[in-house]
Amino acid sequence: MILFWVVAVLSVASALTVVLHGNPVYCALALVMALFQVALMFVALDAHLLALLQVIVYAGAIVVLFLFVIMLLSLEPDVPSPGRYGMRAAAITLTVVLGVEVGAAVLLSEPGSPDPPPLDFGSTRMVAERLFTAHALPFELTSVLLLMAMVAAVVMARRHT
Amino acid sequence: MEAPVDCYLVLAAILFAIGALGVVLRRNVIVILMSVELMLNAVNVTFVALARKALAVDGQVIVFFVMTVAAAEVAIGLAIVLANFTQRRTVNADEIGLLRW
Amino acid sequence: MDLIISFATALVALLICLQVTVLLLWIERKGSALIQDRVGADRATLFGGLLPFNLGIVNTMMADPLKLLTKEDIVPAAADRFLHWLAPWMAVFPLFLTFAVVPFGDVLVIGGRQINLQAVELPGGILFVLAMVSLGVYGVIVGGWASNSRYAFLGGVRGSAQMISYEIPMGLALVSVALTYGTLDLQEIARAQGQLMWGVVPAWGIFYQPIAFILLFIAGIAESKRAPFDLPEAESELVAGFQTEYSGSKMSMFMMSDFIEVAIVAALTTTLFFGGWQVPFLYRDGFHFAAGFTVTAPPLVVTLLQIVSFLVKVFVLCWIQILIRWSLPRLRYDQLMAFGWKRLLPVGLANVAASAVLVLLLEGWTGA
Repeated sequence: MILFWVVAVLSVASALTVVLHGNPVYCALALVMALFQVALMFVALDAHLLALLQVIVYAGAIVVLFLFVIMLLSLEPDVPSPGRYGMRAAAITLTVVLGVEVGAAVLLSEPGSPDPPPLDFGSTRMVAERLFTAHALPFELTSVLLLMAMVAAVVMARRHT
Repeated sequence: MEAPVDCYLVLAAILFAIGALGVVLRRNVIVILMSVELMLNAVNVTFVALARKALAVDGQVIVFFVMTVAAAEVAIGLAIVLANFTQRRTVNADEIGLLRW
Repeated sequence: MDLIISFATALVALLICLQVTVLLLWIERKGSALIQDRVGADRATLFGGLLPFNLGIVNTMMADPLKLLTKEDIVPAAADRFLHWLAPWMAVFPLFLTFAVVPFGDVLVIGGRQINLQAVELPGGILFVLAMVSLGVYGVIVGGWASNSRYAFLGGVRGSAQMISYEIPMGLALVSVALTYGTLDLQEIARAQGQLMWGVVPAWGIFYQPIAFILLFIAGIAESKRAPFDLPEAESELVAGFQTEYSGSKMSMFMMSDFIEVAIVAALTTTLFFGGWQVPFLYRDGFHFAAGFTVTAPPLVVTLLQIVSFLVKVFVLCWIQILIRWSLPRLRYDQLMAFGWKRLLPVGLANVAASAVLVLLLEGWTGA
């Protein structure tokens, strides 16, 4: 339970930093912290393989990509423009409503099975078994998707001399 | 004592809402992309929590795919931002309004 | 009681990491002097020259760290103070964590209890190592950015680009090793190398995956930004790269991260390819030589021999990395990146494919 509260406080604090801080570099580092907390949540929910993949893929590669772009573009800190404060209040209200709605929808979901999970639930072997048998087609399609994304990113970010 | 799974579901909902707040409030396109990543991660937590509840590993397999697609999306999104920047010299979402100029 | 045991193993792993790093500092300076046919640092002495010789230990292990720790901590005026302070920690912390999954022995039998000599028993050990190596990039990026200086920024960008590029051949080498042994747990892989091939040769990983060994070693050296891949911190080109604006204890942390990474590459390579803590012909109850000739030994002696063998292997691999550093010329940055992407990556992919086919042919289809 202590783990849950520590992770909860840290993840909400870092998420708020991502969303509210002016300097984009600080936002990116707060995002790393938030993603690390998500990895800890995965560990607590018996998804060990996913926790490690989360750190490798998200915290180790995606945010590095963000940092590269932020640094190469040398961005100025985000300054809110005037005349936006009415919009701001509306945005916050709508977000609170959205949060309450999503929370209610999620809590009203069906109660799960009362058995404790098997010992290797969420281990590499179990996930790999489902991934390569029942979900083999999406797996292959994802590899094609990644190839397309790579080619597209390289083509778009190229300098057209 | 382990926290009940519903706690994680509520936490994921809160993170989703904070991410949505970021998308709506911020003007910097890169920070908007980061908030979208936050929302995707909140969804991942929801999937894993529900997989744990229903004792079905398929939820975790879906998270695997979400992670992959999110990585591809970030790469392309940042490439678009870079291509845009070379033309307009800005990443302010207010100024990147019209497709042409 | 379990808590005390895990705390003790974690403490031992941390101590091994720190001691190897400190010793590497000495080995690097005196070893490089040996390679370059000079004496090395020898001016500092204890008690004003009372002892006639000290092998340079006073200089490198006492005077140097003391000097670094007591130097003035200079932060550039236009630098981001918080990030400038944070970067060395981000560089060092993940590397310390990597030692948590390295097994430094088999089992220690104390009072009927079997203690696994590994700080954390992680079923996904190889992935954990990969994750920590991925996190090590942040120290470089943030360090280069926070200094707000042209050389530092350029060094930071180049260094991080190099690190993320060489993570891929490293990951592919690790995948082929995982394929061969069918597990991601480092202790299991170390245990699986205890058999003997044809009764004489130990079944070490290097005989099963030689290409993966070469890939992992080269990628590991490139990850730690040591020569010949050290353009991000090349003294003649970029002042000191991303470490330019760091002084005193912060710079000592960056230097420490360099040596810890040498130790990590050595430890990982020994565990995966050289049998980890395995001593040839040594089993849990003693030596079993050919033709049934055995020498029994009490379990504590066996464990001690295994730990010593692990440390010896780690030091040999560290020495090899130091030899490489002081012998080979530096690669230019575009040569570096071309080597990683155009040469190592295809070799890694081919190795994974070939390993998969060979495993399938030799071990049969065990899947559903």
